[in-house]
Amino acid sequence: MSDSQPAIRLDHISRHYTMGEALIRAVDDVSFDLPTGEFLALLGSSGSGKSTLLNLIAGLDRPTSGAVIAHGQDLSQVSSLELARYRRQTVGMVFQSFNLLPRMTLEENVELPLRLAEVERSDRAARVHEALGRVGLEKRTGHRPSELSGGEQQRAAIARALVNGPKILLADEPTGNLDSTTGESILTLLKEIQRNPGMTIVMVTHERPLAERFADRLAVMGDGKLLSNGAAR
Amino acid sequence: MKPRDLSDLALRNLREAILRNSLTTLGIAVGVASLVAMLSLGVGLQQLASKRLSQSGLFDSVFVTPRMNLRGMGREAMPAPSDKPPRLLDEDARQEISRLPNVVEVYPQVRFFTEVRYDGKPFATMVAGMPASSKASGSFDGMQGSFFSSDSAFETILQSEFAKELNPQTSALIGKELVLRYAERQSLPTPAADSGAASSSNSESLPGGFSVVPKEMRLRIVGVVDTEPAAGFGGYGNGRLLIPLQVAMTLRAAQVNDLRDIVRGTSSTPTFASLTVRAKGPANVEALEASIKNMGFGAFSLLDASKSLRIFFSVFDLLLGIFGSLALAVATLGIINTLVMAILERRREIGVLKALGAADRDVRQLFFVEAGVMGLFGGVFGAFLGWLIGRALTFGTNIYLHRQNLPGVDISSVPWWLVLFAVAFAVLVSLAAGLYPASRAARLNPVEALRYE
Repeated sequence: MSDSQPAIRLDHISRHYTMGEALIRAVDDVSFDLPTGEFLALLGSSGSGKSTLLNLIAGLDRPTSGAVIAHGQDLSQVSSLELARYRRQTVGMVFQSFNLLPRMTLEENVELPLRLAEVERSDRAARVHEALGRVGLEKRTGHRPSELSGGEQQRAAIARALVNGPKILLADEPTGNLDSTTGESILTLLKEIQRNPGMTIVMVTHERPLAERFADRLAVMGDGKLLSNGAAR
Repeated sequence: MKPRDLSDLALRNLREAILRNSLTTLGIAVGVASLVAMLSLGVGLQQLASKRLSQSGLFDSVFVTPRMNLRGMGREAMPAPSDKPPRLLDEDARQEISRLPNVVEVYPQVRFFTEVRYDGKPFATMVAGMPASSKASGSFDGMQGSFFSSDSAFETILQSEFAKELNPQTSALIGKELVLRYAERQSLPTPAADSGAASSSNSESLPGGFSVVPKEMRLRIVGVVDTEPAAGFGGYGNGRLLIPLQVAMTLRAAQVNDLRDIVRGTSSTPTFASLTVRAKGPANVEALEASIKNMGFGAFSLLDASKSLRIFFSVFDLLLGIFGSLALAVATLGIINTLVMAILERRREIGVLKALGAADRDVRQLFFVEAGVMGLFGGVFGAFLGWLIGRALTFGTNIYLHRQNLPGVDISSVPWWLVLFAVAFAVLVSLAAGLYPASRAARLNPVEALRYE
């Protein structure tokens, strides 16, 4: 499933913060390549830097040093406008707490990235319907997030992340707020999504058994450093 | 984001906190209402003053005298604006002036003393001839009875104070007759005399002087007017017994300038003491005054006074606008407060929008549109509220005026340009108020925003 150019290349990236007088090395000189089409699970304890690394790959944050290259585009060199376009078109994000907008219906939540990408209104309904169909929520389009279970909300969030046809899906502890059965069903869904040609997935989790079952590669972080990076099985 | 999506989202956000946003919008509306009410008073009072002044004929009239008139009696001649020699103010001159551009009419002031006999008693007063155009001046609005039926009717309108001398129940005078006694000039019998010229009234041929003969005529009282419409510069000449100008001219009543011409020895040509020239509007007065002076006559207008009045009202409007804007300035603080609160409440939502690909520009525009929409609604509602306040002030003022036995006036006016200005101003001020919250929202770090609980 890989391609010659890696989907993501991290080249000696660091992300340091100052907190008072202390320097926090959230990500410290991390380098690796993630081939296109692979499912990477980022493991590590709390505060190990895995979410910070995910935010750097998502273009939500910029590295203090080093380069994040996604599909050939160096994110540390682009303008904030180009970074927004990258978030809109190249990546889709799924969060632990779903982050659906509570006052909008599922349909409207999933339509939001299409609005931001200025997709024609006439095309939107079909794309929203298709995305919700992929996650099995085509019959819940008019419901608000509060009317859905946690698993359904996470599915809706995945539909929202996929609606613009991204090349990379980033998931920040997508099963963190779910029971084990629902969590497993969400990972099964992610695995199905990975089967789309060229879809690369990076998932932050601290559930190693699940990661080993569903991911192709495991990268373990500790104190901001990449401790190990290799095949899951 | 496309404008329609942006406005959709903005309206949705505004509906979310409907109470707070409605109160903020109401704050803007009150600010705009105060501005509109203040300016509507300024505009209304200006219109009222302009209407009254234009009706009085003060600002569209040029008062013409023969330049030689200003010599003598211990005074120096006025410096002439041109090299033209002084001319006689005769019928030829009147015709020449009436042919000047933008002249509506040229009429002489005909005034003379008279003794009125009514109900067998004598009353001394001053007669003034009124041109037919004076009916439209507004001076006769609200009069008892009616205006002259024609320019040649033997009818009279009495000024109310004089009418009260005749009969305290002035309304009872209408339809009654009175006798006017006056001094008619009769030319001395010389071969050059032209006794048939009826139209040249006060300019009867006087080559060899004239005699004065007492005459009488009966006039029917058709109206009583409260104000003295003939009073003042540029008017029709002071008078408390008003008759049609045409009738006044045919009476050939002796006037002050008859004696002057005799004494001066220039009585071979009949002249007028003065002429009132009415221009199409105040804008034409300056050029007209210059043209008449250039013809060799003395000319005077109240143009400078009119300019001062306009300056006064401009400053008055400015001050009213400033005071009216104070409430709007307070309302802008409300907008800033509402939007800053919205940023705090929607911090996580802003983070989600950014994670989904919203650029800083999108977030900024969203807050801008929300501020603009509040400004638009506040502006429209405020303009209506301001109009309502203006109406209420007019209503209250008129109740007071009626109690004082004075005619009602419209002291406020909300022209369409004021509505447009108020709405545009409200939107502009709201956008300016949204500037800081919008840029603060746009600058929000998405990672921190997503972490916000």
